[in-house]
Amino acid sequence: MTTTTRFTQLLATNDVLVADGGMGTLLFERGLEVGGCPELLNVERPDIVAGIHKDYVESGADIILTNTFGGTRARLTHYDLDSRVTELNAAGADLARSVSDGAGRSVAVAGSMGPTGELFVPLGPLDSDRALELFAEQASALADSGVDILWIETMSSLDELDAAFTAASVFDLPVVTTMSFDTHGKTMMGVAPGDLASWAESKDRPPIAVGANCGIGPEDVVAAVQAIVASDSDAVPIAKANCGLPVFVEGELDYPLRPQEMRSYAESAAQSGARIIGACCGSTPRHISAIRSFVTA
Amino acid sequence: MAAQEILDGLKAAVIEGEEEDAASFAEQAIDAGLKPMDIIKGAINVAMDVVGQDFEDGNAFLPELILAGDAARAALDIIVPTISADDLDGAVQGTVVIGTIFGDAHDIGKNIVSAILAAHGIKVVDLGINVPAKKYIEAALAEDAKIIAISSLITTSLPYHREVINTLTDRGEREKFFVIVGGGPVTPEWTAQIGADGYGRDARDAAVVVQELLQGLAAGEHAPLAEPITVGVLGQG
Repeated sequence: MTTTTRFTQLLATNDVLVADGGMGTLLFERGLEVGGCPELLNVERPDIVAGIHKDYVESGADIILTNTFGGTRARLTHYDLDSRVTELNAAGADLARSVSDGAGRSVAVAGSMGPTGELFVPLGPLDSDRALELFAEQASALADSGVDILWIETMSSLDELDAAFTAASVFDLPVVTTMSFDTHGKTMMGVAPGDLASWAESKDRPPIAVGANCGIGPEDVVAAVQAIVASDSDAVPIAKANCGLPVFVEGELDYPLRPQEMRSYAESAAQSGARIIGACCGSTPRHISAIRSFVTA
Repeated sequence: MAAQEILDGLKAAVIEGEEEDAASFAEQAIDAGLKPMDIIKGAINVAMDVVGQDFEDGNAFLPELILAGDAARAALDIIVPTISADDLDGAVQGTVVIGTIFGDAHDIGKNIVSAILAAHGIKVVDLGINVPAKKYIEAALAEDAKIIAISSLITTSLPYHREVINTLTDRGEREKFFVIVGGGPVTPEWTAQIGADGYGRDARDAAVVVQELLQGLAAGEHAPLAEPITVGVLGQG
């Protein structure tokens, strides 16, 4: 049994929860420099990170994800920040926590855990012991800083997902897992949405919700939700789609889908059985407002 | 074992991603007196094309592609040193300096391109991730490469593509190197906009671009091209 947290209460009392939108796109818009470490802003520019959380809360998000996607030691090493894993993850959790606490309504804080960026054996150097160690270090910092849920996202390999889930399951917190089905409806490693659902079902204490995030756009995310429901009718599916793939418009990069189109996506996702709906790359608080307007309607 | 059987065995080993078998068939092929370029063209290129097509069709995924690339590399490690200078002159060969651009730490796509280029008998100098403009140019000069290949996954790293080209121009060395670009957010339009010489949508397309550029080079063309060579259409496949 998972402890009751703000997240489990929200899930029990709402048909559909609204999760937040993209973090990276907004960080770049608001001051993250190319080549800079997003997680470092948790301590160097907490105003920017907290501002993004606040904007998502004001646009109606029930769940906000911490700015800790790349917070494993494996990724922070690229920026020579490997000695600051606990500090940067804890700071990320603290920022989201303080925005949530000041929201005036119940907003759950999800501790974001993204891929290590390394490939599992035999494709690369990562083995399950090291993966477990990397994720345990991050999960521990997030859990100790009071997140309501551990949110494993954008995974493509079941081995890596399993290691992250095992590490996250040590804490008395709910855990969700989402993968990016961006290659012919599967992850780039060939994992189908149904495989994710079966993997979850095989666990004694399964993740509280599973789903799809990032990827190519809403269509694939909605298809993944349908496949998850077909595989396990009791699943609590998550949909967190990109605003399409970026294109060049007059020399500027632009994600093509507008808030109204993301509202339609939310409608399709909900009709397909998604219980948690948010967005990913290219989305802004305006897109989340549009999703909120559908969920509330 | 007959020559064709050895080539078939090598092809199957690469497709299946069996590194040790690929190396063993490569040795047998050399021992049987087959010409290195015939082994590469008759088994390794064909095998990588099969795996590449399967990937494009959604019948294979990254693991299959990487394992096949590793097996191809194992075979090439044995075959390439046996290529004589005469053979090299006869074949379209060249060196490509490749790296993920500054500001970007994603290397999977770049690794696949490297493997496929190597499987086509092209020498690949891999500079890794987060590569600044200067490093591409210095490596290309040091290795006598004629092609600089830039990989990107995140959109915010795109401006640094232009920096490579601008730095080459500022140094008066733009004519020495073809610059090709690829990766998730890169488009043919972007390629033309920054004045690069080539774009491939995926790794196989990149190999086609490199081969075309090398053929052009052999025919006396030099950088920069008036119009970039673009292969593969964004959003398809």
